[in-house]
Amino acid sequence: MSASLRKERRAALAWSYVFLVLFAVIFLTPPLYMFITSLKTSAEISSAKLPWWVFHPTLDNYSALLTSPAYLTFFRNSAVVCVAVVAITMAISIPAAFSLSRMRFWGSGALATGVFLTYLIPETLLFIPLFKIFAFVQDWTGIELMNHWWILIVIFPTLTVPFCTWIMIGYFASIPKELDEAALIDGAGYLQVLTRIFLPVALPGVIAATIFAFTVSWADFLYPMAFATSIDQMVLPAGIVSTLIKGDVFNWGQIMTAALLGAAPPLVIYAFLMDYYIAGLTAGATKG
Amino acid sequence: MAQVTLRNLVKDYDQTPAVRGIDLDIADKEFVVLVGPSGCGKTTTLRMIAGLEDITGGEILIGGDVVNDVPPKDRDIAMVFQNYALYPHMTVHENMSFGLRLKKLPKDEIRRRVAAVAGILGIGELLDRKPKQLSGGQRQRVAMGRAIVRNPKVFLFDEPLSNLDAKLRVHMRTEIKKVHQKVRTTTVYVTHDQVEAMTLADRVVVMNAGRIEQAGAPNDLYHSPATLFVAGFIGSPAMNITGCALEETAGALRVRLDGQVSFPVPAERTARYRAYAGQRGLLFGLRPEHLTEMRPHSVANQCPVEVTPEVTEPMGMETLVFFSVNGTEMCARTNPTANTQPGVRTQLLADLNHMHLIDEASGRVL
Amino acid sequence: MANGVVQAAGLSVPRRRRSGRRLARHKSTIAFLMALPLIALIAALVIYPALYSLHLATLNKSMERFVGLGNFAFLFKRELFWMVIKQTVIFALSAVIFKALIGFVVAHFVHNIPAKGQRKWRGMLLVPWVIPPAMSTLAWFWLFDPSYSAFNWVLTRVGLDAVPWLGEPLWARFSVILVNVWYGAPFFLIMYLAALKSVPEQLYEAAAIDGANWWQKIWYITLPMMRNIIAITVLFSLIVTFANFDIVRILTNGGPIDQTHVFATWAFQLGIEGGDLPLGACVSLFMFPILGVAAYFILRDINRRGTEA
Repeated sequence: MSASLRKERRAALAWSYVFLVLFAVIFLTPPLYMFITSLKTSAEISSAKLPWWVFHPTLDNYSALLTSPAYLTFFRNSAVVCVAVVAITMAISIPAAFSLSRMRFWGSGALATGVFLTYLIPETLLFIPLFKIFAFVQDWTGIELMNHWWILIVIFPTLTVPFCTWIMIGYFASIPKELDEAALIDGAGYLQVLTRIFLPVALPGVIAATIFAFTVSWADFLYPMAFATSIDQMVLPAGIVSTLIKGDVFNWGQIMTAALLGAAPPLVIYAFLMDYYIAGLTAGATKG
Repeated sequence: MAQVTLRNLVKDYDQTPAVRGIDLDIADKEFVVLVGPSGCGKTTTLRMIAGLEDITGGEILIGGDVVNDVPPKDRDIAMVFQNYALYPHMTVHENMSFGLRLKKLPKDEIRRRVAAVAGILGIGELLDRKPKQLSGGQRQRVAMGRAIVRNPKVFLFDEPLSNLDAKLRVHMRTEIKKVHQKVRTTTVYVTHDQVEAMTLADRVVVMNAGRIEQAGAPNDLYHSPATLFVAGFIGSPAMNITGCALEETAGALRVRLDGQVSFPVPAERTARYRAYAGQRGLLFGLRPEHLTEMRPHSVANQCPVEVTPEVTEPMGMETLVFFSVNGTEMCARTNPTANTQPGVRTQLLADLNHMHLIDEASGRVL
Repeated sequence: MANGVVQAAGLSVPRRRRSGRRLARHKSTIAFLMALPLIALIAALVIYPALYSLHLATLNKSMERFVGLGNFAFLFKRELFWMVIKQTVIFALSAVIFKALIGFVVAHFVHNIPAKGQRKWRGMLLVPWVIPPAMSTLAWFWLFDPSYSAFNWVLTRVGLDAVPWLGEPLWARFSVILVNVWYGAPFFLIMYLAALKSVPEQLYEAAAIDGANWWQKIWYITLPMMRNIIAITVLFSLIVTFANFDIVRILTNGGPIDQTHVFATWAFQLGIEGGDLPLGACVSLFMFPILGVAAYFILRDINRRGTEA
């Protein structure tokens, strides 16, 4: 490489790092600040000495929350809902993705595109009619639906299934059909092909979709705000926002701790399974 | 007994015919190669034998039983795919033993068989590796091993060498032939490469547009092609084929290519060709090796011809000389010491004992 | 033996043809059944509600009477309605433009550094997207707090005035857009980074030999090669940003004086909090035409990409 190119390269590299650090600071400041605040006592917060540093760190906020029955209820509700939703989503999406990507039937191509399009219908359009529909179903059948967290288990799949199916269609389609055929010739029945050959190879796609389904269910805010409004029925995001901000007195230490703990599960999953997480994101738009 | 019989086999894809009725009898232990250009129906035929495609019409028999509705796993066949189709999440050993494990054979038996086959193919050290750690040639051998270890009635190969580089392809060709000599299983092999077909096959089946053009031993196809297509397809460099006129003067026949170039027809063939004298749409065929540099010719029916070479390609052991006659580019294989130069008019020797006369309309070699 | 085979073949011909076709239909039916839960879910919980909202919007507040376009007429007369449209459009457009730009620029920086380090930086830079938006918006809410804002603390230390981040309408709008851009830029970053990697290095080398500088390389090579992914992500994000609820609701709840309301938050306020579901449905419906247009363009691009490949 010539000297001028090398110099150019070095300058470009240096500037890149400068900007990367700048943006990293910008992107990471809010969560960092959440963490700092979570370690502060109310006294320290109101003294407003130096917001960006903790002088007398304390874990009181954490212990208060982790022993608070309300908060634990939120956590439990969220966990139950999310696990159930992930299970339901996978149960619907995996067969659908398999069928749409590898088997041909009349309308399968249109259906695949249609699946993606429904993902574009936002929840903000649907939440009002859904509210009315479920209220109606409750009156009609007597099943307690409104204002119970289990209604979220019914609704959340609308957020997760379309995109998860789309992700997995991309993955499944990239597995060569010859693998199935080789297994058939080797003597496997259809079920054995699915379980012993196909699923192991398709696992990355399934994992990416699972992570996506979990993250979306955990983070959703609108549907819980509309549908699960009593304290003991709330899930985490709605719970934190609604209850910890009462009136004019904000216990910011606790609020930030609550928010941080609420953000923990997705962050932990992200830390350990980052590649799958990103793969799930990019699968949708860059699938060719 | 593992003979394979195809009877009036037809395959249509949504009204588009891919295979238009082929009949073929493959004997037990025979190595048959289906060869032809893309789209000729050879892979479709192979996949129908495997049970991977539904049959539109006709029958397939394996070992004397009709297998049209029998699923692949019950046909007792094994297949080597073009892209090997190795299970990426399994080791080489697991790949090779998958079929045996499905049949629930005892573990020692499985280990013994896999070891034996790995020995034949020279992949014994690779048994614990995963496919992505192997080279192309190694993967191909694992794919073959997976097929051999099941001891099936029939081997099916779908263009297994087309993903390998040229040198490796030549080497693997020999390996496949050695394996066949050792294992002696009926084999149906599909390729578009006529060199592979000629070198591997007991019998070559040339296919074109869904039909069989000719089936026979490699040498028969080479020296006695039955149709224009086979004549032009088999052999590299390809046979020189150009339009001609058959003239009869005073009882002797001459083949005229253009104003300057004409050859006397060998006496033995006069009777056979006389009926076509003066007919239109005749083609003359002569393989390049029968067009050599000028040399003392004592054998009858060798005729000199003067040409102006356009391009010469020195190949080392011979020099290919390209020239035009009658608007067609033709090729002669000459001794390198003859020192033929482009643009310098020179004399070549045509050995007409090996000429072919072809009727263009029907494609038949007369 | 040959005769026996012929005989057997003759007998089996009609049976074979029938069962062969049945097998093909069988597989097709299984495929359809496997996709059925998906179809049922979408039909019942997405398509049906979407259509139902059309009907809902034509009812009166207690949902007993049919008022036709009465709700629509009512909205048209209200100035707030037009303001909400304007606010949502400005919000969506400016946020998406900034997100795309920042994502594009930062993707370049990440792409420039050696491959080994990229994973680390990419990991750090995606964090805003990973945190549930409701949680991170709370953090911003705290950062913008009128009395304790950490940002204002820094500003006052360097001699500038404290900013009423959420108190004044224009600053409130700015803050909402800022938070949305902070949250969404990493998505664009990841997408564009993946797209950048797919542009063959040789194209840049050829351009360098042809005499192009860095700006020309971006304009003539990078952008055209990435045209599809840029279009898809922008359209996708327009739809999602347009329908945003979490950020506005938590930061400002539409205030001050309704100056930051977007369709979603206003519909929520009218429909759920105000108990007037039909009116809320009406508001939500106005998102539809815009979504439809965006969806049309996305569809067209997906199909074009399919045939281009």
